[in-house]
Amino acid sequence: MSAARSARTRVGPLAARPGTAPVLDVDAMLDDPGTGIIVCCGSGGVGKTTTSAALALRAAERGRRVVVLTIDPARRLAQSMGIAQLDNTPRPVLGVDDAAGGSLDAMMLDMKRTFDEVVLSQATPEKARQILENPFYIALSSSFAGTQEYMAMEKLGQIHHDARVEGTYDLIVVDTPPSRSALDFLDSPERLSSFLDGRFVRVMLAPARGPAKLMSAGVGLITNALTKVLGGQMLRDLQTFVAALDTVFGGFRARAQKTYALLQADGTAFLVVAAPEPDALREAAYFVERLGEDDMPLAGLVVNRATPPPLGELSADEAMTAAARVRKRDPRSLTAGLLRLHADRVRAVEREAALVERFGAAHPYVETAVIPALPGDVHDLDGLRRVAALLAGEE
Amino acid sequence: MSHTDPAPGHGQVRLHVVTGKGGTGKSTVAAALALALASHGRNVLLCEVEGRQGIARMFDVDPLPYAERRIATGLVGGDAGHGRAGSAGTVHALHIDAESALLEYLAMYYKLGRAGRALDRFGVTEFATTIAPGVRDVLLTGKVYEAVERNSRNRGATTYDAVVLDAPPTGRIARFLNVGKELAGLAKVGPIRSQADTMMTLFRSPHTAIHLVTVLEEMPVQETWDGIEELRGDGLPVGSVVVNQVRPREIDESVLATVRTGGVDEAALGADLEAAGVEITPHLVDGLVAEARDHAERRALEEAQRAVVDGFGVPVLELPRLPGGVDLGGLYDLAARLREQGLG
Repeated sequence: MSAARSARTRVGPLAARPGTAPVLDVDAMLDDPGTGIIVCCGSGGVGKTTTSAALALRAAERGRRVVVLTIDPARRLAQSMGIAQLDNTPRPVLGVDDAAGGSLDAMMLDMKRTFDEVVLSQATPEKARQILENPFYIALSSSFAGTQEYMAMEKLGQIHHDARVEGTYDLIVVDTPPSRSALDFLDSPERLSSFLDGRFVRVMLAPARGPAKLMSAGVGLITNALTKVLGGQMLRDLQTFVAALDTVFGGFRARAQKTYALLQADGTAFLVVAAPEPDALREAAYFVERLGEDDMPLAGLVVNRATPPPLGELSADEAMTAAARVRKRDPRSLTAGLLRLHADRVRAVEREAALVERFGAAHPYVETAVIPALPGDVHDLDGLRRVAALLAGEE
Repeated sequence: MSHTDPAPGHGQVRLHVVTGKGGTGKSTVAAALALALASHGRNVLLCEVEGRQGIARMFDVDPLPYAERRIATGLVGGDAGHGRAGSAGTVHALHIDAESALLEYLAMYYKLGRAGRALDRFGVTEFATTIAPGVRDVLLTGKVYEAVERNSRNRGATTYDAVVLDAPPTGRIARFLNVGKELAGLAKVGPIRSQADTMMTLFRSPHTAIHLVTVLEEMPVQETWDGIEELRGDGLPVGSVVVNQVRPREIDESVLATVRTGGVDEAALGADLEAAGVEITPHLVDGLVAEARDHAERRALEEAQRAVVDGFGVPVLELPRLPGGVDLGGLYDLAARLREQGLG
């Protein structure tokens, strides 16, 4: 691994890297011209957006022409990157050091607009209008929990295509949606296909296409049941919606499949982001396995916001014993307070190290970077630079 | 620790909805709240809707099916000696998935018979639970509604004194509960519309309280405020803010101020340590001072965020960061602290 990292001085037994998990070399990944797409995934609240933005900034300042696609950044971070307004187009980020010849654009995904654009590009104006006005479409495009995944895939495909054609970017960093089962975006092409090829669509389209003999009995049954449950108007809206989408989605599906293939290609690097907590690492393990099943190229694991290792070699027990002794003489002693703090910190570091070590034991080939927590929140480029430096193993 | 009456009139609350940004520990708080409410022989149902089987993990039981299972005895009441008081209640748990909820709903309200099975075979169930906009949320909240307002359609089912819902995160909570709005454009009339309206009447009533879990960091606090405003805008009742994972306050603010300004007497500290039998190694003293400075900085940030939270005009409760992580014993510990502060 990099010389900078191995030369790094660490003090105390706790500062040693847990287990034998190989270290993730972030700079090598960013500098490799073969890396065209970096996808950050992980459960909610682990710092995915910050990690994506920090990686994109570092890559840009090391000479790459980068665009970062974020889903739902914190307001102040978005403002500092100049993407506070949603217009679904990458905008240059100001304040990036371009001495190495790189650049950084950023955009925030506007799910409804992306969806509308797909419809407009695929359908005749009249058909498009019909779809855009349908109540099912409006609900689906603006609120459906799974739409973000579909649209993130769509936007990634678009940006990648444009970047190829126009030579605008050589690296795309993607922040994935905080989905319930966070790899839903991998399923989106398949889910879409199974929906469009499924019987449901055929049932819905049956009245429009005239009854198919074999299906008509079932269709009548279904239509009656649906009318009973949904009411006539809702069923009619639903039929119009499905009929309209059927014509539009063919192209959409083909593109989703292309994007899926793109994600499997060598130029893509998946980073799984986690916090040093049991739940987040359990999710991370799931991601690692799921990516493997789908033949997606995993670059490594980023463990964010770890408790920074303390200086000195005083163990938690020693510190607690000493604190008790000091307190006997002076119950309000500052020294005792500092010792208790030290003990707490050592215990947190030990617990987290054990968690990461267990992850490493189960997934010994996953390169890992452990990032110590910064005391404050990150909401400007300087903060992102600090995070990126920690990611790259600089201290 | 609470600054205002934590849950005014929460005695009439039958549905507690617990939400929070990812990573703030909302599931832990929901579980602790269920334990706290289950005292004095009261029956509590703890529901999860995100398919994570978090309840099973926290309570160390097998993965939960779509059926109510008894998982724990509640926290023993604090006022023993008054008849039933002092006894514990029980906590049941339910893992709600949209597909089972749909099938149960159809069986309960419509006698579809053969058509019901055909719906499944023709992919209608799949469409409704994965692709159809908003339907998923309606099915999940619909089951929660059914558990709170049990009626004769579900014969023989346990009735509960309170239901606790481990809900989707803050960013999605208002939309999740506001099923009326979600369906507004879709079902203007008809059976689904009227059922959604009935559900909204409960969710907007004083029988419901929505609790938002946060930690004292800028982003989650901001998101909590956004969530409160959104809930209020939709007429949904905010119960309290639960500030979770608060750092220990072992060192006085006056001392922290000294630490922040670099005024620690390192010689005195070294002497203290030596007197306590600690071997002074390189970096020990400046290491302790650096750790203290870190802690002081974080505490200052936490205090600033705590002041922001106090400005929300919502009852605030506080739970400590458990140094060893949260296990089953930890849940009871947190439950006791919730009850001390008037919730449960």
